[in-house]
Amino acid sequence: MASVTLEGIRKSYERTEILKGIDLTIEDGSFLSLLGPSGCGKSTLLRIIAGLERQNSGHVRIGDDVVDAVRPSERNLSMVFQSYALYPHLSVADNIAVPLRMRRLSTLQRMPLIRHAVPGTHAVEREIRAEVARTAEQLGLGALMRRKPGQLSGGQRQRVAVGRAMVRQPRAFLLDEPLSNLDAKLRVHMRTEIAQLHRALGTTFIYVTHDQAEAMTMSDKIAVMAEGEILQVGSPDQIYDEPACLRVAEFIGSPKINVLNGVVDDAGSVRLGGRDTGCAATATPGSGVSLGIRPEAIALRAPDAAGLRGRLAHTENLGADVFVHLAVEGCEAPVVVRLSQAEARRTRLGDTVGLGFEPAAARLFAADGRRIAPRVGEVAHV
Amino acid sequence: MRPLLSPLSAALPGLARHAALLALAALTLLPFAWMISTSLKPAGEIFLSEIRWWPERLAAVENYSAAFERAPLLRFLANGAIVTLAIFALQVVVNLPAAYALAKLRFIGRQTAFALVLFAILVPQQATAVPLFLLFHQLGLLDSYAALVVPFTISAFGIFLMRQFFMSVPDDLVDAARMDGISEFGIVWRVMLPTAIPAVTAFGIFSVVSHWNDYFWPLVAINSPHLFTPPLGVAAFRNEEAGTDYGPLMAAATIIIAPLVIAFLFAQRRFIEGITFTGMK
Amino acid sequence: MSDASLPLAREGVAAPVSRSSRKSKAAATAARSPHQLVATALLLPAGLLMLLLVLGPVAAVLLMSLTDYQLGASGFSFIGFENYAALLDDRVFWKALGNTLAYVAIVVPASVGLGLAVALLIESGRSLRSLYRAVFFVPVMATLIAMAISFEFMLHPQFGLINLMLSALGLPTHAFLSEPALALPTLAAIGVWQMFGFNMVLFLAGLVSIPRHLYEAAELDGARSAWSQFRLVTWPLLGPVTMFVVLISAIRSFQVFDTVHVLTKGGPSKASEVLLYSMYTEGFEFFRSGLAAAIAVVFLAFVLLLTLIKARVIEKRVHY
Repeated sequence: MASVTLEGIRKSYERTEILKGIDLTIEDGSFLSLLGPSGCGKSTLLRIIAGLERQNSGHVRIGDDVVDAVRPSERNLSMVFQSYALYPHLSVADNIAVPLRMRRLSTLQRMPLIRHAVPGTHAVEREIRAEVARTAEQLGLGALMRRKPGQLSGGQRQRVAVGRAMVRQPRAFLLDEPLSNLDAKLRVHMRTEIAQLHRALGTTFIYVTHDQAEAMTMSDKIAVMAEGEILQVGSPDQIYDEPACLRVAEFIGSPKINVLNGVVDDAGSVRLGGRDTGCAATATPGSGVSLGIRPEAIALRAPDAAGLRGRLAHTENLGADVFVHLAVEGCEAPVVVRLSQAEARRTRLGDTVGLGFEPAAARLFAADGRRIAPRVGEVAHV
Repeated sequence: MRPLLSPLSAALPGLARHAALLALAALTLLPFAWMISTSLKPAGEIFLSEIRWWPERLAAVENYSAAFERAPLLRFLANGAIVTLAIFALQVVVNLPAAYALAKLRFIGRQTAFALVLFAILVPQQATAVPLFLLFHQLGLLDSYAALVVPFTISAFGIFLMRQFFMSVPDDLVDAARMDGISEFGIVWRVMLPTAIPAVTAFGIFSVVSHWNDYFWPLVAINSPHLFTPPLGVAAFRNEEAGTDYGPLMAAATIIIAPLVIAFLFAQRRFIEGITFTGMK
Repeated sequence: MSDASLPLAREGVAAPVSRSSRKSKAAATAARSPHQLVATALLLPAGLLMLLLVLGPVAAVLLMSLTDYQLGASGFSFIGFENYAALLDDRVFWKALGNTLAYVAIVVPASVGLGLAVALLIESGRSLRSLYRAVFFVPVMATLIAMAISFEFMLHPQFGLINLMLSALGLPTHAFLSEPALALPTLAAIGVWQMFGFNMVLFLAGLVSIPRHLYEAAELDGARSAWSQFRLVTWPLLGPVTMFVVLISAIRSFQVFDTVHVLTKGGPSKASEVLLYSMYTEGFEFFRSGLAAAIAVVFLAFVLLLTLIKARVIEKRVHY
């Protein structure tokens, strides 16, 4: 077990810069997700930690050791791949045993036929088999030991891949989108299993995903990445409630945060379409700001002439919740509001309704996307 | 009228199809049938001015034992097996690592190396026979098993084919092997080869069939009868007989084609797949 | 919560790649081509053998064609394009080239047409498919030299099956392999016999890949007869396969040698002389290596041309 520290990691292929200087510390025993859209460099970063790619500059530290020049197999990390990467010609037991055999048996002891003649092979082999059996038992693979990967379901393969990673007791686990090849139902189930596995093992987990639900549900910390940079590192709550910039705010949360374009007036209040929102911003009067407000932070009320109004254009019924899409004057994108079933029953398509929210629930962003610190104002009716 | 006619008219295209295909099949098999028929006839029944498919006196034993007596047919067949299997084994050893490097490794010069492979595929073996002959002459390797095997150890086509197959193997598998501590060399034999068994088999069938049947290079490179491959052997047998004793000659020809044809009949699907998969050459 | 407590990534501190990578050249190389050493090691045996056995000999054959080298001679001199000039003046060379092209011109259309026809016939029904496929494929597998010997006896002027059949039908008999007008066509017929099964298998693969629903759509659009479906669906969709089969057959038939060497030795009076046979006799019977090399270069040029066209077709087919 060990912490993993990245210092100024840069990586480029040909002319394109994939990673633009990554600094990140992953505490010993924690579960960190690298979350970002595809192409943001998260997988490359994971592969650099693993040693499968070499960074152009910067350092990777595992515990106290700088491992830049250390080969992947000697970094003592395990990796679970998106496609599971099981050896198709080996049985489940043999797949799990590979990392142990490669480490504990000499070249001669691995040679076909000759191995039996080399002293010590059988003792080590017995030990390996016992450890493989223990790991398999832990993962509920005991009955499948002799099957080939081709004869397993997606979830079973996933477990074998985890088993192969576990058996060598690595200093950290690297997981590269391990759930994205599973169907939706199994994915939710495996989320729980992986989180439980992390708790049981207490080892550092570094988990790459583009699925925010995975990151939010399993992680101690999330590093949100975009275009080769880390935008924010924080706990799931922090990332959701206090996004550091508009990109993070927009990436996290489903449905997406509503972004309304406002202007700061002379008093430092944010106005939407001429109406005061009650949100105060520390920004130059006259500058444009984006006001981000989550669907669950907006309430519907009776329309009044002075407030923000919208026409009910569409509803999405998800069972427990209903998301309604409102066409609001001056807003290009519809404003999405979360309602309970009871609230939703009181509305009809085509209705015009009023919208209200606590100014404290709004997050303000400057034109360049950076977060603007709010000045707490009084509750306002918009 | 109609209901009575329609089953017939529905069956007609099917019948016509079988009639046409059976006629063509008969024509196609005619040389084999005539060869086998002749190999069963005594000399007196071979030179007849009428078509006789089945001899009145069966001379199979005579003809086949004469064939084995007059030429070391088993030796030719053994040579064929030795040469084709040696070629295939060496092709795997030489070309698989190269194919892996071209498919999965990043290094400077990869494009150039692959371009050379593509060019080498284009060169037909006969075009370089003259300098190759001189090279083996210089090395003192003419008229030996080495002369039959070495020129084919490199197979640009094999590299190309296996590279294409390896490209379809997920990179994750290679990375997993690296994480597990398998060396690059080990990856070729412990991971890629087992994964590529179907492709290697197809290439193997292609390789064995084409070298078993190859005539040009063995003709150039080999003089000693004890090194003759099956085609050389049967050609030599015929030259000695000079068209007088067709019974044993046809028996010899039958023996020479038998191993591949029998293997084909047993594993038709694999052979056809192998040859067409590689037929893209 | 204020701005300051949010660990924002530092933007705008990104240095240009080139500067940072120049700092440590070794690290940059390792980052760009991490497998340089091991790739070299893995490619080395194949690379050396390719150089020695393919690329070197290609260069050598080009060079030799400019010399008067004869096997066993103590020396040689460069004579420029004299070998080629000699070929241009040589009636036999022109005859060989013409015969080779004629052979290709017979074998390609016949083996492709027959292959396609047989493939269509097999595909048009369900029963006995694999049996037929196997039967027509047997000639591809059978050692051609052995089969040539069988053909020789089948074509025997008096006792051969073919002539016995002809005379049974009251037709004139022929010495197929020793009549100048018949020798080459006879060899071509053997070539077709040997090759059409291979083409058939390629066509069968092409036919299988035509989506069934296209035929249903064609039928709904009023193309009911087998012929109109063939014209509307099969032939156009088989187009790339056909091109490919044509070129493969051309390359293969250009290399005709085995049957010539065993059955006619290029005769009678050069009526079946072909390029490879000329090269063989010059190079390995008369040991005029320089001249043989020149013929090899001509042969190589034709095959390369055909292969390049084929490469183009494959490229197209990939995009198709």
